[in-house]
Amino acid sequence: MRMDWELARSGYRRYAAYPAATVAGVFTNTVFGFLRGYVLLALYEHRDVIGGYDASDTLTYTWLTQGLIAIVYIWGWQDLAVRIHSGDVATDLARPVDPLRAGLSFDYGRALYHALFRGVPPFLVGALVFDLTGPSNPLVAVAFALSVVFATGVSYAWRFLYNSVAFWVLHYRGPAVIAMLVANLFSGFIIPVAFFPDWLKTIAYATPFPAMVQMPIDVFVGKADGIEVLYTLAVQLAWLVGLLLASRAVFAAGTRRLVIQGG
Amino acid sequence: MIEVEHLEKRFVAWQKRGVLRRERREVPAVDDLTFSVAGGTVCGYIGPNGAGKSTTVKMLTGILVPSAGRVAVGGLEPSRQRIKLARRIGTMFGQRVQLWWDLPLIDSFELLRHIYRVPAARFRENLATFRELLELDPFLQTPVRQLSLGQRVRGELTAVMLHDPEVLFLDEPTIRLDVDAKERVREFLTEVNRERGVTVLLTTHDLADIERLCNRILMIDRGRLIYDGDVDDLLARYGGERTLVVDLEEPVAPLEVPGARVERVDGPRQWLRFRRDETSAAAVTAAVAQRAKLVDLALEEPDIEEVVRRIYTSQPRESQPPRSSLL
Amino acid sequence: MADSVRVYLWLISAAIRAQLEYRVSFALDVIGMFLVTFLDFVAVLVIFHNVPQLGSFTVAEVAFVYALSAMSFALAEFAVGHLDALSEMVRTGSFDVMLARPRGTLFQVLAADFRVRRLGQLLQGAAVFVYAVGALDVPWNAARIAMVVVTVLFGAAIFSAVWVFVICVVFWAIEGREASSAFTYGGQFLTQFPIEIYSQWLRRFLAYLVPMAFVSYFPSLYMLDKEDPLGLPSFLRFSAPIVAVGAAIVAGAMWRFAVRHYRSTGG
Repeated sequence: MRMDWELARSGYRRYAAYPAATVAGVFTNTVFGFLRGYVLLALYEHRDVIGGYDASDTLTYTWLTQGLIAIVYIWGWQDLAVRIHSGDVATDLARPVDPLRAGLSFDYGRALYHALFRGVPPFLVGALVFDLTGPSNPLVAVAFALSVVFATGVSYAWRFLYNSVAFWVLHYRGPAVIAMLVANLFSGFIIPVAFFPDWLKTIAYATPFPAMVQMPIDVFVGKADGIEVLYTLAVQLAWLVGLLLASRAVFAAGTRRLVIQGG
Repeated sequence: MIEVEHLEKRFVAWQKRGVLRRERREVPAVDDLTFSVAGGTVCGYIGPNGAGKSTTVKMLTGILVPSAGRVAVGGLEPSRQRIKLARRIGTMFGQRVQLWWDLPLIDSFELLRHIYRVPAARFRENLATFRELLELDPFLQTPVRQLSLGQRVRGELTAVMLHDPEVLFLDEPTIRLDVDAKERVREFLTEVNRERGVTVLLTTHDLADIERLCNRILMIDRGRLIYDGDVDDLLARYGGERTLVVDLEEPVAPLEVPGARVERVDGPRQWLRFRRDETSAAAVTAAVAQRAKLVDLALEEPDIEEVVRRIYTSQPRESQPPRSSLL
Repeated sequence: MADSVRVYLWLISAAIRAQLEYRVSFALDVIGMFLVTFLDFVAVLVIFHNVPQLGSFTVAEVAFVYALSAMSFALAEFAVGHLDALSEMVRTGSFDVMLARPRGTLFQVLAADFRVRRLGQLLQGAAVFVYAVGALDVPWNAARIAMVVVTVLFGAAIFSAVWVFVICVVFWAIEGREASSAFTYGGQFLTQFPIEIYSQWLRRFLAYLVPMAFVSYFPSLYMLDKEDPLGLPSFLRFSAPIVAVGAAIVAGAMWRFAVRHYRSTGG
């Protein structure tokens, strides 16, 4: 437990060490918030409600995703794959810590830093300039926070999973990029899943990706309310546990292969 | 060939004072440097880390613009005539690879030929010479990223000479090489200096480089020049102590000789250290011969490592008041 | 000058050769890139699932604008995308190595690598373009086709100029590189759609300040024979070349200024 805390602290500090990069990132996120906001607003010229979202909901969605980008970290992340290929993973395995758990703790530390310094600022800007929808009561806000925590974990497990491909494949960048893109689309990061045609929506919800972005947003904006909030959280938790187990299994298979082949 | 007059370079550094305030400080990296290096010299530029060596070299090659003072390399002003000067000089910055990583070595040479506009015939000639001198043929077609460190350095040396530069600026060229490879680099540089009259300015921490290669030493510490002269003069001035190794007919107790002290005894052999300015080898030898039966002797000069250390430590360490100005 | 071009072309071929060395990786990358932008376009289609048109532009017309933007940006990214690595070059000292060579630094930075994979995106843009042209009822002739090629080339030039301009921030703050994405990738995002849907200040910004509206919007108005819903003067439709040249000049000046700053304070 102490170890987890220490790892989380390292994760936090590693990203806190580059404040200028954070500022630059906040700038870009904010700019994109405006850009995407405008494009999505154009849709409401012809309709009042799309996929159950009104204009204010959609704007809130936009600014939340801009804030959540860094926290949930849907981008390309290949740290583990690089370590597998360089052989550094062997040192990780020799340590008395489970690599998945260690990575998860580290990532939560990072997520906290990003939440404070890259998540909140763009959203605040959006909230000041536009008329956004907020959580209807404090309990919902708490549920939202919990939802984000789960979302981060789901994202990390997914990243861990597709990085493990590196145990088998020499050119992991291709699959990694594809994995990231698929996650991007189906998580609702590019366009709300609610806007998808029904058949695509069904596919999306059969995957863990909406749990990374769409579900926390639904909680925040109130699309899931009352008992549905609990249901959403439960689904996220289920995906989290499921993906973690899958990652662990795949990683174990990979390390077995590593040991047999001699790295 | 290289003329430097009252050269100065000041950097602005921000220092934290407390939680939020920051103070602006001007740090002199190079302070009132004056020296000149004649064409054809191999000059060693030494000094502790952070002394201002890289900064000086950057100003000589046109990368950095001086804060004050005058610089001329081959009659050209580096910061104003960067491109014109670049054609006539070659640079090798220790850790930075100037070859193209993914391409075969020969492709890098071809590229450099075009970049430096080397006439085809001259290029072929130079390439042939260096291929032989540095034994490049086995790996000429290999991508640079697959070369060993030693092979890469040989490639870099070729690359730096292909356009017939008049001056070479080398930053730690032998760092991390094994003994064999270091020797090769030194041989190459000596050859190039002798055959083509190339002026070489090399920064190094390796004192063997200095002993083997340099006929001139510039030493810098904290932005100031603290020694400017040739290697022998360096040894003579700061050489300090020498050692007379005497082989006696039979072991005796440590000899007591005026002006010298026995550093070590090993059977019939004794090592006597004496200061150059206090006595002479002849006097010590005579004194030893009076006290014991002398069979053989040898004289050891101080090594340059010791010399350099002496110079570093002999510098007055007055604390410099920081030149600061608040924002 | 002529041999600069020769060196440049030589380097492009060398980069392609080097990257083709890894055939599998390259193929995967091209596929990956195709998917990236395809998914982008899927997002656009999803939008249109919900609304019949965007501003005064129909689906096919938006696809047209989108395609022009995508092709121009793919070409720009191929040529100058490597600028994103400038922060690394400055940090590791590779940029200093370039300063010690008898060539312009911008040339050397651009010639250092080419993102060959982006050519896959060029294909994707072309695919969308073919779809758009098929769905529209616009008379096509040789002149119009030539105009498409020219538009894409000048569009790429405008994007490239913007890229050069904003990447100069790293000479002041290395970590500022991420901020440049707001303009480069942000610009790409914006030009996918007709600027009509943006607010007035943003439209003016894109037309007069960072002139990316000339990449896809204005040329589209001409090629689609559309009335400008904003009522802007019609000469703007042909102004892409001049704008491109102007942008290149400004970008070049900015680069020189930035390098001068670097040489007096950093190195």
